[in-house]
Amino acid sequence: MLHIIVCIKQVPMVSELPWDSKTGTLKREAAQGMMDPSARRALEAALQIKTGMGQNQAHIIAVSMGPPMAEEILYEAKALGADQGVLLTDPCMAGADTCMTAFILGKFITGHCPDAGLVLCGSMSSDSETAQVGPQLAEVLDIPAIGYARRLELVGNCIRVERHVDDFMELMEMDLPGLVTIDHAGESDLYTPRYVALGGVETAFKAGDVRLMDGAALGLDKNFNALTSSPTKIIDVYSPVTGKENRVLTGAVKKMVDTLFDDYGKIISSAMGKDLKTHDHEGDV
Amino acid sequence: MSAEKQIWVWADYRNYFQSRVTLQILARASVLAEKTNAAVCAVVFGDKVDAYVKEYIAHGAQKVYVTDDPSLKTYNVASYAFLLTSLVRRFAPETLLIGATRFGQEIAPRAAKQLDTGLTADCIDLDIDDAGQLVQVAPSFGGNLIAKIITPHTRPQMATIRPGTFQERPHDDDAQGEVITVPLPETMPSPRVRCLKSELRPARARKIETADIVITGGRGMGSKGKFKKLFDLADLLHAEVGATRPVVYADWVSSEALVGQAGKHIKPKVLFSFGVSGAIQHTAALADARFIVAVNKNPNATMMKLADVALVADANQVCSGIIRALKQRIRD
Repeated sequence: MLHIIVCIKQVPMVSELPWDSKTGTLKREAAQGMMDPSARRALEAALQIKTGMGQNQAHIIAVSMGPPMAEEILYEAKALGADQGVLLTDPCMAGADTCMTAFILGKFITGHCPDAGLVLCGSMSSDSETAQVGPQLAEVLDIPAIGYARRLELVGNCIRVERHVDDFMELMEMDLPGLVTIDHAGESDLYTPRYVALGGVETAFKAGDVRLMDGAALGLDKNFNALTSSPTKIIDVYSPVTGKENRVLTGAVKKMVDTLFDDYGKIISSAMGKDLKTHDHEGDV
Repeated sequence: MSAEKQIWVWADYRNYFQSRVTLQILARASVLAEKTNAAVCAVVFGDKVDAYVKEYIAHGAQKVYVTDDPSLKTYNVASYAFLLTSLVRRFAPETLLIGATRFGQEIAPRAAKQLDTGLTADCIDLDIDDAGQLVQVAPSFGGNLIAKIITPHTRPQMATIRPGTFQERPHDDDAQGEVITVPLPETMPSPRVRCLKSELRPARARKIETADIVITGGRGMGSKGKFKKLFDLADLLHAEVGATRPVVYADWVSSEALVGQAGKHIKPKVLFSFGVSGAIQHTAALADARFIVAVNKNPNATMMKLADVALVADANQVCSGIIRALKQRIRD
């Protein structure tokens, strides 16, 4: 039996981001949540492995660290086919940076899933975009890891991973237990997530068996505080000022295109790395 | 060791001509070093890396730590992270900067965890505050939010830096630098990940994520056939083509081209956007585009509001118009 742990994260749905227009900041507590797209791909990879192994050969635990509302994505994970959902939630975990997040997830896996054979994460979440939790979790667990997987293949007790990294196509292999992050921008559609069947989440919700674990259940020190334990500290968050001219051109297409090149040709040609004629209409008909 | 403050830059030279990020970080490190009275150092691992060492000195490295060994020929996250952390423990730099290539984003978090220090991902700016601390400026939500981050209590202060963020300094052949050769430790960790194959992909499969010019098309292009015209334009501009979700769903183009929250994030110097209305799932992925040209019949489309230059017209006609204009204007 292969025990697969899939680490998933709830991220704010970007279309629903409630902005505080005065301060230009995100009211994150009011944001609608969804499962991070790259974590969803990791779950899909786990489900495909499970299907490929046949009945009762694999067991999938979806785990997330987050506020109580993150429970939703664990019900969703169950509806998609995860065998168990676990939410690590405690006010003392709030404000964790990637180091502390990896530490807390690691506490759960070492303490409660000693048989974990394969740990899967999304390579990069859509909100904080660090790509750091997967590699750091591998350090915490002291297991080998391969990032940015496009394709996984189990070969006995070993996993083979195809990945694209900085223009290189690589084929890597490691013995299990190991950790793999699934490429958030996969070119292959192999791990395009499936949809939840209508009513599936509701059914999973009724079954009501997402396990909640707080700091004490995980064995965290009673004075543990993820915010103060995090080595990085956020000192400011703001929206970038765009300061765009937003020039609107109307009229005949040819005239607009000429204006575009006459007035902005330098910007375009420098990005192209080629010279363009500006203010030169000799080719006009 | 000496009390000299050092800023380290881990040298990522693989695919050197595509990624100049190490040179770019060296340039910024020189500015930071002046403010904190520190030395700029490069750290190079590999096999026969002499030429790179010289290059880093010519681009501002005052010291270069080198471990040169045939066993380091192929990039390996675990062994490089082990080497890097053992050097950091020995020489105790204040700051460690790494290019946010994919490999850089793998080695950096592992080294940070081993060193129990903080790490900020994919920085778009670096500065020094009044207390002499490194201020790490990092985007999130596809550039819609910017966070300033410090590492108050632990050292080194670590950050990965987005390629293309800083301008490299001109090559200076007369620059002098000290080379410190560090032999491979006798006990290296046994490799737990085996690399069976590693090959450079053909150049045409270049990525939209790093392209200087990107052309995105939406439903406003009209049809699958007309959408193809964007590729003709892309050839002329040396650009990559991206698409919105409706276009991908309609099968006008493969899902590889999807630009958006669930697809690729882009950061071109120039973005041409044709017939894209600008749903936030799409625009969230292009907040880092520097100059935007949008074409849409609807002047009130979100994409038109985000543009530097908005052309109110049929996207397909303007695409043809630009192709014609470029053919006349490009000087070979």
